[in-house]
Amino acid sequence: MADVVVEQGRLARIATPRKRGTSLRNVLGRKSTVAFFLTLPLILLIVLLVLYPAFYSLYLATLNKAMTKFVGLGNFTFLFKRETFWMVVKQSCIFAVTAVIFKALIGFIVAHFVHNIPGKKQRKWRGMLLVPWVIPPAMSTLAWLWLFDPSYSAFNYTLSFFGVGPIPWLGDTFWARFSVILVNVWYGAPFFLIMYLAALKSVPDQLYEAASIDGANWWQKIWHITLPMMRNIIAITTLFSLIVTFANFDIVRILTSGGPLDTTHLFATWAFQVGIQSSDIPLGACVSLFMVPILAVAAIFILRDVNKRGNEA
Amino acid sequence: MSTLAIDKAGPSRKVKLRSMSRDRTWALRWSYFFLVLFAIFFLTPPVYMLITSLKSSAEISAATNPWWVFHPTLSNYVELLTSNQFLGFFWNSSMISIIVVIVTMLISIPAAFALARMKFWGSATLATGVFLTYLIPDSLLFIPLFKMLAVVQEFTGITLLNRWYVLVFIYPTLTVPFCTWIMIGYFASIPKELDEAALIDGASWLQTLTRIFIPVALPGLIAATIFAFTVSWAQFLYPLVFTTSVDQLVLPVGITTTLIKGDVFNWGQIMTGALLGAAPPLIIYAFLMDYYIAGLTAGATKG
Repeated sequence: MADVVVEQGRLARIATPRKRGTSLRNVLGRKSTVAFFLTLPLILLIVLLVLYPAFYSLYLATLNKAMTKFVGLGNFTFLFKRETFWMVVKQSCIFAVTAVIFKALIGFIVAHFVHNIPGKKQRKWRGMLLVPWVIPPAMSTLAWLWLFDPSYSAFNYTLSFFGVGPIPWLGDTFWARFSVILVNVWYGAPFFLIMYLAALKSVPDQLYEAASIDGANWWQKIWHITLPMMRNIIAITTLFSLIVTFANFDIVRILTSGGPLDTTHLFATWAFQVGIQSSDIPLGACVSLFMVPILAVAAIFILRDVNKRGNEA
Repeated sequence: MSTLAIDKAGPSRKVKLRSMSRDRTWALRWSYFFLVLFAIFFLTPPVYMLITSLKSSAEISAATNPWWVFHPTLSNYVELLTSNQFLGFFWNSSMISIIVVIVTMLISIPAAFALARMKFWGSATLATGVFLTYLIPDSLLFIPLFKMLAVVQEFTGITLLNRWYVLVFIYPTLTVPFCTWIMIGYFASIPKELDEAALIDGASWLQTLTRIFIPVALPGLIAATIFAFTVSWAQFLYPLVFTTSVDQLVLPVGITTTLIKGDVFNWGQIMTGALLGAAPPLIIYAFLMDYYIAGLTAGATKG
């Protein structure tokens, strides 16, 4: 429909002798040409700075440390033999799954509470609760580092009043893992909150009214109305957050740098340590490539969802 | 619909309504109670940054209540805001973020316009590709990009590594896909009649874009701008990898690498620096929160 009209518009322009130009100008004025030039910078950016590096990293991963010799899958087999690698795999999975579950739960609960608040006050609460998401993570993680400080830790000071002994927040494997997850949940929960809040607003009130007239309790309303209505958003937000959390760098880098004894390393931080700090670029590239399968699976699911949505519109 | 409204106003339903409103009051009280708890959780680190930034080093190392400032002082702020090093970080961050915002807009607005309105060969694939690009994280690309920059430097002699301006080329990979994606959503929501009328009247595609789409989709543009700014301001991994000299660092990297000297943590200054680094996004957000949220949610909720 639109194309027909547009076509007519173009024909009308060509038909008037005043606007008739050379054939070059005709080509330049054609819709597909214009569209090509409008999207060219975008395509160049994606191809040169995203796609090319992605494949380049695949190539880098097959070189030896000095990057002079092709070693095939040598780097990969080397990694498989290292204990640290399996620790990183384990920690990355624990970190991403636990953090995303808690972020989603907290986001869901808080979104409900905010949704209950009437009108103008809601804006203030929303603003306050979204602050962690706005502060650059590198900055807020520094604040957490200071809160966790072994000797002057504000947390341990407060806990001592409850008779809970000093906790080695970043010095012990369990607590260090707990801490990085806590900071990630703190940083990421507001994102879920805002997504879920947007989804909650789109659920028609009549459904709840009808349900309460039928005598549904609070739990039934959530289970039978809210969750089904929000299913799409929950799925897409969770998958999206899974990707971002899995690929996280800032928080772990600043909080523990992977310590104690490499037990909090994620793929990204370990790749940085191996590839940049120890300047073994091929091995670093190899480590970060292990993120690809998980990212790809999540991306496929998200894409399915996005396309479905696109067809409905 | 209308019968329901009449029903509600009917006298026979008053009792039911009252009990519902009582339920609602309780729900509200519980909501406030839990919201306060969550607000404490969410706001503790920023508040603690502020508290620490107002303390002298002597007070920080004293065994007093860490949650209270007994002798507030602005010396940390004065020290940082008069240090050339810190101002240098701030300057680098600002320059990069502003240029990246401009570049992002120049790339993503025309592209989004073309993808939203001009159906051409491969446009659907490209739109999906843009979205997929957004899902490729920086932590996957930093090593090949580092190597690429080194190779380019080797062959052309142009210094790219350890220069702040190289980040201006790299950051758009983080901002452009998402901004294009939300702009597509906003442009798609503009009624087709508007631009069809313009085209019939003889406007060119570019005129349609500048005279109609940009003014009408201004809220979406603001959202994208804020997003691009916050992302470039907060980026940590790329500058950590690509820049090393103190005069080339951006704020997040500068604070974490220069204010920590060996094992000595000057916490007062670190917290002040972190707070000053967090200030620009926070200020923008305080004034333009609705746009920021619209931008965040547009990507996922709009198709």
